[in-house]
Amino acid sequence: MASESSSGGSAGYIEHHLTNLTAGEGFWTFHVDSLFYSVLLGVLFAGSFYFAARRATAGVPGRWQSFVEMMVDFVNTQVKDAYHGPSKLLAPLALTIFCWVFLMNFMDLVPVDLLPRIGELMGIKYMKVVPSTDLNITFGLSIAVFLLIIVFSIRAKGLGGFGREIFFKPFGKWLLPFNVTLKVVEELAKPMSLALRLFGNLYAGELIFILIALFTLGNTLTSLVTSAAAFSFLVQFVLGLAWALFHILVITLQAFIFMMLTIVYLSMASEEH
Amino acid sequence: MNINATLLAQVLVFAALVWFTMKFIWPQVIEAIEKRNKEIADGLEAAARGRSELDAAQDRIEKLVGEARGQASEIIDQANGRAARIVEEAREEGERERQRLVDSAHAEIKRETSRARDDLREQVAALAIAGAEKILRREIDGRAHGEMLKSFAGRI
Repeated sequence: MASESSSGGSAGYIEHHLTNLTAGEGFWTFHVDSLFYSVLLGVLFAGSFYFAARRATAGVPGRWQSFVEMMVDFVNTQVKDAYHGPSKLLAPLALTIFCWVFLMNFMDLVPVDLLPRIGELMGIKYMKVVPSTDLNITFGLSIAVFLLIIVFSIRAKGLGGFGREIFFKPFGKWLLPFNVTLKVVEELAKPMSLALRLFGNLYAGELIFILIALFTLGNTLTSLVTSAAAFSFLVQFVLGLAWALFHILVITLQAFIFMMLTIVYLSMASEEH
Repeated sequence: MNINATLLAQVLVFAALVWFTMKFIWPQVIEAIEKRNKEIADGLEAAARGRSELDAAQDRIEKLVGEARGQASEIIDQANGRAARIVEEAREEGERERQRLVDSAHAEIKRETSRARDDLREQVAALAIAGAEKILRREIDGRAHGEMLKSFAGRI
């Protein structure tokens, strides 16, 4: 059920849902809600996995340890398949990305009005609960990956090798500007596509949840006794259920894609072209 | 949708999370997994070794049982042979004993017979003498004719 927001109407409701809770001015603005949920879910991931890792035993594992081991093993397999260099960083990085992005995406399955409504009751005016529908969050991840790509490249080929790759490949030194342009575009495409893919999928998903919630916008519990309202409630329930079920696939897939592409980009960076 | 300092904060949070995972989660879990994998591999190997040892032991047992069975039948054969021999010896002994008893009985009978004959002879002689005495009381000298009658009785 949707609650009517302060500005009223469908447009106001949607706009309210897409507005971040902010703190600060200009560039130094922080999206407090995105960061809060992002950190919360990050801590949830790290804490729960640490709980299993701290008492990890080679004997018979408990349920939680089994699950953690399953995840670790799954990520480890993916990394080993794609990456052959020596790195203690890449596998934990991939695990973090997968779990964290999945959890952030999972917030999309929490009923769209639940947490913002609770926040409203507590006096918080705006709240976006899905961090991965915030471009800052997705770009934060992908730019970190982009920096790692550069670090891995330099580590694998040396500064000279990396420079040669930028300036003299693929067309030799006589087409140097062309080479540089090509390389810059090629490299910048990686973080752009990573961030925009995740953002686009989740943003669209959330928007559809909001649109589905519009069906019962303005209704109260008591008004549900009228047949028209009951019908729209039913429609919202069916559509919401269908989209949520489908979305389970989307959020998992997006988390997996983000992880896989990170692994692939970083393994490409550590190999000679 | 505007890009702002949230991005920088997110990068820092990301870095911290990855560092934490790399330091406190990944190595421990991987270590546990690998250790268990090794233990399982060791266990499987030990099981295979145990199985082959069991097979070898079974072979050995079968061989030992076969040998024991052969020895037992040998011993039984020997015992049977010895029993037969003992029975045979006992029979021979019995036969000898019987023969001896029969022989001694024969000798006894013979002795008894000759003694009885001697007695009879003497009694016959005495009777004859007594008869002769009765018949020839007067005319015959008992002593002179007694000698003759005694030698006569010796021929009976």
